[in-house]
Amino acid sequence: MSTPHFLLDGLPVPFEEGQTILEAARAAGRYIPHLCWHPEFAPHGSCKLCVVKAAGRYVSSCAMPARAGWEVESDTPALNTRRRTLLQMLFVEGNHFCPACEKSGDCQLQALAYDLEMTTPRFTHFFPDRPVDASHPDVLLDFNRCIYCELCVRASRETDGKAVFALSQRGIHKKLVVNAESGRLADTDFAATDHAAHICPVGVILHKRVGFRTPIGARTYDAAPIRVVAMRTEADDD
Amino acid sequence: MTTTDEHVEAALQRYGHRADVLLQILVELQARVGWLPSALITRVAHALGLPRARVEGVAGFYSFLHLAPVGRYRVLFSDNIVDQMLGSRALMAQLCDTLWLSPGRVSEDGLVSVDTTSCTGMGDQGPAMLVNGQAIARLDPARVNEICELIRAQRPLDAWPAHYFAIDDNIRRRDALLGSAFVPGDALRAAIALGREGWLAQMQASNLRGRGGAGFTTAVKWQACRDAPGAQKVVVCNADEGEPGTFKDRVLLTRCAHQVIEGMTLAAWAVGAQQGLIYLRGEYCYLRASLEAVLAQRRRAGWLGAGIGGVAGFDFDVEIHLGAGAYVCGEESALLESLEGKRGTPRIRPPFPVTHGYLGRPTVVNNVETLAKCCLIAQHGGPAFAATGTAQSAGTKLLSISGDCARPGVYEYPFGVSIRQVLDDCGAREVQAVQVGGASGVTVAPYEFGRKIAFEDVPTAGAFMVFDATRDIFEVARNFVHFFAHESCGFCTPCRVGTALLRNTLDKLAKGNGSAADLTEIEDLDRLLKQTSHCGLGSSAPNPVIDGLQKFRPAYERHLRNRDFVPAFDLDGALARARQMTGRDDPGAHLDNATEAER
Amino acid sequence: MTEPRKIRLATVSLAGCFGCHMSLLDIDDHLFELAGKVAFDRSPLTDIKRCGPCDIGLIEGGVCNAENVHVLRAFRANCHTLVALGACAVNGGLPAQRNHLDLGRCLTAVFQSRPGMDTGAVPDDPELPLPLDQVHPIHEVVHVDYFLPGCPPSGEAIWAFVSDLLAGRTPRVAHPLLHFD
Repeated sequence: MSTPHFLLDGLPVPFEEGQTILEAARAAGRYIPHLCWHPEFAPHGSCKLCVVKAAGRYVSSCAMPARAGWEVESDTPALNTRRRTLLQMLFVEGNHFCPACEKSGDCQLQALAYDLEMTTPRFTHFFPDRPVDASHPDVLLDFNRCIYCELCVRASRETDGKAVFALSQRGIHKKLVVNAESGRLADTDFAATDHAAHICPVGVILHKRVGFRTPIGARTYDAAPIRVVAMRTEADDD
Repeated sequence: MTTTDEHVEAALQRYGHRADVLLQILVELQARVGWLPSALITRVAHALGLPRARVEGVAGFYSFLHLAPVGRYRVLFSDNIVDQMLGSRALMAQLCDTLWLSPGRVSEDGLVSVDTTSCTGMGDQGPAMLVNGQAIARLDPARVNEICELIRAQRPLDAWPAHYFAIDDNIRRRDALLGSAFVPGDALRAAIALGREGWLAQMQASNLRGRGGAGFTTAVKWQACRDAPGAQKVVVCNADEGEPGTFKDRVLLTRCAHQVIEGMTLAAWAVGAQQGLIYLRGEYCYLRASLEAVLAQRRRAGWLGAGIGGVAGFDFDVEIHLGAGAYVCGEESALLESLEGKRGTPRIRPPFPVTHGYLGRPTVVNNVETLAKCCLIAQHGGPAFAATGTAQSAGTKLLSISGDCARPGVYEYPFGVSIRQVLDDCGAREVQAVQVGGASGVTVAPYEFGRKIAFEDVPTAGAFMVFDATRDIFEVARNFVHFFAHESCGFCTPCRVGTALLRNTLDKLAKGNGSAADLTEIEDLDRLLKQTSHCGLGSSAPNPVIDGLQKFRPAYERHLRNRDFVPAFDLDGALARARQMTGRDDPGAHLDNATEAER
Repeated sequence: MTEPRKIRLATVSLAGCFGCHMSLLDIDDHLFELAGKVAFDRSPLTDIKRCGPCDIGLIEGGVCNAENVHVLRAFRANCHTLVALGACAVNGGLPAQRNHLDLGRCLTAVFQSRPGMDTGAVPDDPELPLPLDQVHPIHEVVHVDYFLPGCPPSGEAIWAFVSDLLAGRTPRVAHPLLHFD
């Protein structure tokens, strides 16, 4: 019996039963953009950057199990326009001032915006007021850049066994909170060695005193675009 | 004075030290303490063995739970468009003026806070409000003045005049369900006599489809749950009637509670469930006592508990969970999360609740009306039920009618009734539009009044809001878009940000600052929301705007400041031949090619 | 054969640091090529004070005061193609970092609470443009045709972008030229 496969932008992608579209695509060396998906964790499906059109329906490819014979569109001008709009929403929702951000060049949101050639935030900015939390001796939290991927929430809960982070409020007022009555990171059991301290795809969780150790210009996405780096990470690091 | 610890102890005593009742504990504490101070959150987290941040996250999700102090009297005006049409905004202004405060702020003495809330389900008797969670309907300036006096006098809520809290049923048209007398146990007796298989076969024959809006065939859902592996199956009654403009479930829970609970028991009989849960929206908490009484009555009669109807092993009981102000919890997977004491975020599907539902167990989630209808099927048989309504929409449908009509209330019709018929019956005149199915539904224009209420034509969960010629359909849609932005759970990017952007853009138009480019932007946002949202809230949020731009475009264009267009031809050049023929060259013989804006 | 008509180009810095203009000068040798193709209207490179009818307007900086609004509107009215050049024009940039603060408190902090500011008053000279309560990217005030982000965009990026515009191609800036910092 031959392995089942589906067509991704016209080319066959084999998959195993239970594999999602995104997972199968990656295994076959094909990149589908994503921000909240991470190989170590169950699909989350919140950022919607991985949206594809499968058998005529728009679905989150990170969460949708692959089906034999499906025709899946991903790298098309129409879908990339949708993705660009989603990025623009993330940019206007928070305060993303790249020139002052230590994560610049290593940031997945920024890298994806480069890759999808987002040149304008397009919408009217919300300019929310989100004070930073610098209380912890080793790590700074700059909530201005949070995209609510919940990777820190999941890493702290599932890998570190700590539950340092959670989300509160809802809608456009949704916010990241830490596990302390004071609301300060210093009053939690968070440590710079936690997995959660190394998983933020954007510039919320920043390690102090190392900000510009790697100079701008020599950073992750300076050398290669995210569609290349993202595929490499899985093969090399895991 | 009761201390925080004593309150927490009392709440834990009532609900047990279980993480899955976290929301119920918080609702109880909110009622006891008036808000949820941070020390209390810490205390609850400790007692339940939960991370504090998780408890804070849950408390922060629900509109009726407050992490910051609110007034000892919390007054919330229902802000649905039909309440507004009945004058709710003016009454809120009156109350604020009288009590010297501004909406959204707590008075300096901490006595009172006033704000708006999403539709409280009293559209047939608005304007309505909630005071400390208790519903008051039929507000007018005189009653608002009385309420101001009661608040000033700090009169406890249970000493307020009882008639304030009386809620009318306003049943205007009865058919199969509302028109029949029901003897508790009759339907169950019939279903038990058929055996589990035979009963399910009757359900299949009935073609009953879910009344919550989606219209999924009930028997298919039941069968899937029955066939799912796992012993501890669950039946959930979705009584989170949050769709703006609907209130028929409120009436069913008031008048037909036995049928609803018997329907749950019938579902349990079919799927083999032992546990039943009613998720009652917080706005209807006043119904809790009467529902508990019905549950107790049914336990005494042997229609709930162990060995129901004398059948060994048919064990089923029902408990009530309260919501706390979150429309998204009407989505079945968000409802399950909420029942588990979590934030009401819709789950990734598949897997579906029928296999992985409440606490991961196979779960049937049915709407209040769907469950009540099951009794009719048990009593009169599936084929009899299927013979009514239309071929694809069997049975009757309860409509919640509000807005511009002489007789608002609940109407039961066989499926297939035309919108025009309904409008005639409720006494609507000079109708400009009807919003069928609530904010997420369809805006129906007069040329469509011949369309029928049915899954295959105009589907609806029950809301039917009438707008006469004096109303601005743009403002109706803007109200709905504000509602969706307020109720978005914020999980997925398109809904969290997109509903807020859509709201801001409609507000821009409302202020008279719109341009043609904004309409293009609105249509693009609509498409994105439809295509990429995680759940039905996001994908239906643009519906009123999509329909509005298609059917009532002038209502939008009226708000545009700039509607520039440049003709393809040279206007002055087009006069050249005539100038030549007349020999004229005076200023009146020329046209300026610049647009108004350029001049 | 007649000389092709020179493209008329205007540039201005609103709430910006002139870094983008410095970067424009950073296109080195291409400056000669540019000078051959374009004639400069209002720009810090000329001494023209008011923007006349132009083909292209490059706007550096966001909109932080009333004067910025006047200048931006004049550019929009006169420039066929308007370009947001650099981070501040694109998203408000550094000046917009005050947006979560109350303007009154900013002014008090600067003019009344700082040692050495002994007049103790917020300047009220009508010559000074009043600041807006928030700093806006230019697309929140006028319609903008193209955007070139970067703080500043590199000379190379600016040249690639402007070359596209001059040649009538849709400007396209991708990795590695596209930068937000």
